[in-house]
Amino acid sequence: MNYFVDKRGYYGDFGGAYIPEMLYPNVEELRQKYQSVIDDEQFQQEFKALLKDYVGRPSPLYLAKRLSEKYGANIFLKREDLNHTGAHKINNTIGQILLAEKLGKKRIIAETGAGQHGVATATVCALRGLECVVYMGEVDIKRQAPNVARMKMLGAKVVPATSGSKTLKDATNEAMRDWIANPVDTHYIIGSVVGPHPYPDMVAQFQSIISFETKKQLQEQTGSELADYVLACVGGGSNAMGMFYHFIDDESVKLIAVEAAGKGVDSGFSAATTTLGKEGVLHGSRSILMQTEDGQVVEPHSVSAGLDYPGIGPQHAHLFKTGRGLYASITDDEALQAGLLLTQYEGIIPAIESAHALAYLEKMEFKGGENVVVCLSGRGDKDMETYMKYFNL
Amino acid sequence: MNRLQQLFEKEQKGLLSIYYTAGYPNLGDTLKIAETLEQSGADFLEIGFPYSDPVADGPVIQASSKKALDSGMTLPILFEKLKDLRQKVSIPILLMGYVNVVLQYGVEEFCKRCQEVGIDGCIIPDLPMYEYEEMYQTSFKKYGISNIFLVTPQTSEERIRKIDGLSNAFIYLVSSAATTGGNLSVSESSAAYFKRIADMKLKNPFVIGFGISNRETFDAANEYASGAIIGSAFVKNIDRNNLEGSIKTFMKQFRS
Repeated sequence: MNYFVDKRGYYGDFGGAYIPEMLYPNVEELRQKYQSVIDDEQFQQEFKALLKDYVGRPSPLYLAKRLSEKYGANIFLKREDLNHTGAHKINNTIGQILLAEKLGKKRIIAETGAGQHGVATATVCALRGLECVVYMGEVDIKRQAPNVARMKMLGAKVVPATSGSKTLKDATNEAMRDWIANPVDTHYIIGSVVGPHPYPDMVAQFQSIISFETKKQLQEQTGSELADYVLACVGGGSNAMGMFYHFIDDESVKLIAVEAAGKGVDSGFSAATTTLGKEGVLHGSRSILMQTEDGQVVEPHSVSAGLDYPGIGPQHAHLFKTGRGLYASITDDEALQAGLLLTQYEGIIPAIESAHALAYLEKMEFKGGENVVVCLSGRGDKDMETYMKYFNL
Repeated sequence: MNRLQQLFEKEQKGLLSIYYTAGYPNLGDTLKIAETLEQSGADFLEIGFPYSDPVADGPVIQASSKKALDSGMTLPILFEKLKDLRQKVSIPILLMGYVNVVLQYGVEEFCKRCQEVGIDGCIIPDLPMYEYEEMYQTSFKKYGISNIFLVTPQTSEERIRKIDGLSNAFIYLVSSAATTGGNLSVSESSAAYFKRIADMKLKNPFVIGFGISNRETFDAANEYASGAIIGSAFVKNIDRNNLEGSIKTFMKQFRS
């Protein structure tokens, strides 16, 4: 079984590039050039040097002792929360800004939900001295004031998306409209493994550093580069794809992707895409998305803005449909409790997104001694207000 | 041969096409608008079926789409509203909308219903050429529905030739790099672009859309093309309290 992208830009039934003709030249330029740019030795040197000296990689693989005792398995945390800007998002923006430079682009646009990808994009634009415009839903701008301020301080222009539901999917629409109007000098840095081909593959390759390092670290710490289980949360699915990437062809490794159930899968306030969604086209690729019978995109809900997205990347849809990955979901309450648990057992405050993956440990049954890797995709500083309200801190 | 192909069979000049959103301003207005437009001199029409995330559209059509969705417009309802279409309207009619809505309805069923109510063609901006050829073309041909492709100032000559080969009515020339609802400034570069396409001597005629808002831009487009399409400017001018009157007044500037 091939779990990776084929020559047509598809993962099984999913993927492709469902874009209006106005975007065709931009996407086609990327499609033709991305792999040769990424494979170029000089590009790799620059990319790796920045990941090491600027982002602070490799991120540690930390054996969480007290958590391991509680669950009766060896729980390893892949510490993406320790990256510069506080999450895995920067792995992708570093890769894409270097690619944009190689393509001669002068202007960068991005979409953001909670602001993490926006901050990661504004950061690399400041680093390389490129103009940066970030589209963000008007509703999210109000909810995420500190990240808006960070982006502005980094020199980015934050443009409110006022159409539709005024959240992440609308910010994505606005970024696409900007790209339509600026087809020559602009590169669009998509923040997840979504969008038209080649984005899902390109972002997955940049994020695959997560599983590349994990294998080496597991080898050093356990004597085997394979784990029994690998877990990650899924919104669009970029940290999960990075965490799964180098394990996908090792079929003995069980891949578990955790979606946001919100207030409950059947509550009407959920983002559990594989449970609630159907096959369709969203933001340029064929995948699974939450939609009405008539094909209108449904507004999702999750306490964590990073998982509040009505679709998943096409490679995830393929892993789900083929059964290679197990796709589960965790409610807002379960995630917040898991966030508190990690904080009190290990002294690490996780992002609420990452807490969804941690919460799934409660639902697993271990014989004892299994090696389990959880991707701790981001730190919880940005979520303090939510934690404070929920736990009356 | 469908009505659209019949229209373009002869060489045409100065064709006026109007786009409007189904279910806007009111759920029941769709057929009435088509009738009024035919009476006011429109040569063919595009009826938009609304989608929640219309990335190729500017603010006016986004807003009319949202309004239509809020009023409950869906593809099944649209086909129901159009069931007497051909007793009332004789000019060619296209449906325009995004691929996910068609996909959920079912491509084959969609084409079948189009033929039953008398729709002649479709414009699905986010359905790419490759996917059309591989997965959709058979159904479109079976029910005699013309698929209309877009060409932009950035589309390469090789690709335009390929699009020409797949087209069987007309090619939709997007006037500039923009979403719908802008203003065409008839600059040297856009004139050069229109002329470049005209000089390619394609087998299909072309019609210019995006940014055509008044008599001036309409005439400018018609210097090069067989016709022009007006969308946002028309939708913006619809007065829900004076539907027929506002449409007729708008159309007078082109047909007087």
